[in-house]
Amino acid sequence: MEISKDCLYTKEHEWARVEGKIAHVGITDYAQSSLGDITFVGLPKVGDAIKQTEFSATVESVKAASDVYAPLSGKVTGVNKELAAHPELVNKSPYDKGYFFVMEISDLAEKSKLMDEAAYKTYVEGLSK
Amino acid sequence: MEQLKKTPLYDTHVAMGAKMAPFGGWLMPIQYDGILTEHAHTRSEVSVFDICHMGEFLLEADPIASGLDRIVTQNIISMPIGSGRYRFILNETGGIMDDLIVYRIKDKSWMIVVNAATIAADEKHFLKNMAGEYSFENVSDSLGKLDIQGPKSEEVLVKIFGDGVMDLKYYTFKEFPLWGERLIVSRTGYTGELGYEVYISGGQVVKLWKLLLENARVKPAGLGSRDTLRLEMGYPLYGQDLDTAHTPLEASFDKFVDLSKDFIGKGAILEENKNGLKERLISFKAETRRSPRHGFGIFAGDRRIGTVTSGSFSPSLSVGIGMGYVSEKIEVGARLLVKEGVTEIPVTVVKKPFYNKTSL
Repeated sequence: MEISKDCLYTKEHEWARVEGKIAHVGITDYAQSSLGDITFVGLPKVGDAIKQTEFSATVESVKAASDVYAPLSGKVTGVNKELAAHPELVNKSPYDKGYFFVMEISDLAEKSKLMDEAAYKTYVEGLSK
Repeated sequence: MEQLKKTPLYDTHVAMGAKMAPFGGWLMPIQYDGILTEHAHTRSEVSVFDICHMGEFLLEADPIASGLDRIVTQNIISMPIGSGRYRFILNETGGIMDDLIVYRIKDKSWMIVVNAATIAADEKHFLKNMAGEYSFENVSDSLGKLDIQGPKSEEVLVKIFGDGVMDLKYYTFKEFPLWGERLIVSRTGYTGELGYEVYISGGQVVKLWKLLLENARVKPAGLGSRDTLRLEMGYPLYGQDLDTAHTPLEASFDKFVDLSKDFIGKGAILEENKNGLKERLISFKAETRRSPRHGFGIFAGDRRIGTVTSGSFSPSLSVGIGMGYVSEKIEVGARLLVKEGVTEIPVTVVKKPFYNKTSL
């Protein structure tokens, strides 16, 4: 199970790679592996306001559809257009080419509610027991 | 909760890294390498599926005197020895109790293959409705079943069973000797591809599985791809698309009901023919990659007219596909909406199969 060193994580298996006030957002290797083959990603629109822990995107695998929650509050500034034709990028490259969207963070203090790599690793290991 | 049952291949699946999940009271492999990969491999090469959970009954019975013929919706009297037929069994109100395959082994010797979740109810139904001299044996626990499916399946089985495999026509079977037993190899399947179903004693299933996988063309597949493969063909899944709440006419399977013969549930079907159908099973294709899912509502404009029974992403067509019962007569080509919460998927009603470029 790959966990990227430079990301922060939610208990729902979203990641945020924060650089200043900007964050790339996606779902973790654990999430894509649990979902199986991803067949559709429903992304927010550029300009959408999103709120930490609330609905921000949809991801569908062959077997099921799941909601993706925003790891932080802010505004969507860009989306990964490649996912429309190639949702399998989420399976192949969950932390890089398979990112969902980019956002501008409105409240950097919310970062404290997210897990770092080590904490997320411990959390995921606890789930598989 | 009831203890989940395991097939003889359970340890093998786990050792090979399959994802296991409950299905019909059994702990079954859902996927190995991934549903899309297994789906594509079955459409282009050969996959082997563990189907040991399904049930088998062996009968020695005169089809008329025992009442056996009356249990199914089409006659079995005219079946040639060595053939199989897809049939329904109904309750008195015309509801579908199961869809099954009847094989005629000898003049008065039959094998009936039923769904896993309905084994007990089916057994009861057969025993209740048969009379006179007959024997009935439920061999579900001792008989295993492997499905070998895909355009290259014939050459794989020829290597194991010999050239005799090539004589098999669709819905026929032959017995082949292997490891001291005679196996039934039937040219049938649930994928839409050229394929075979092999019945072998539970004790030798693992050995046959391993022998099949020695052939580099063959890969293991789980029930996840079995489901996407069957749905692309418009094959119904009992418990989802077929159930006791619906009749074969509602399921749009009129061709498997023979009103010129007697069968259990016929009165209700005649009544239904007179009064009209309450619901109809339709097939529909999404315009996007979004998948209709079991339980989603089917809408004509703002009006809810039905419910999705099966839905999935179609790997061959790269769009969502589904089936569901609707309470109105809907023509092919009609545009409907499949909805659940904020999810809205525009769909077009189509004819089955969804996909027809197969090797069947």
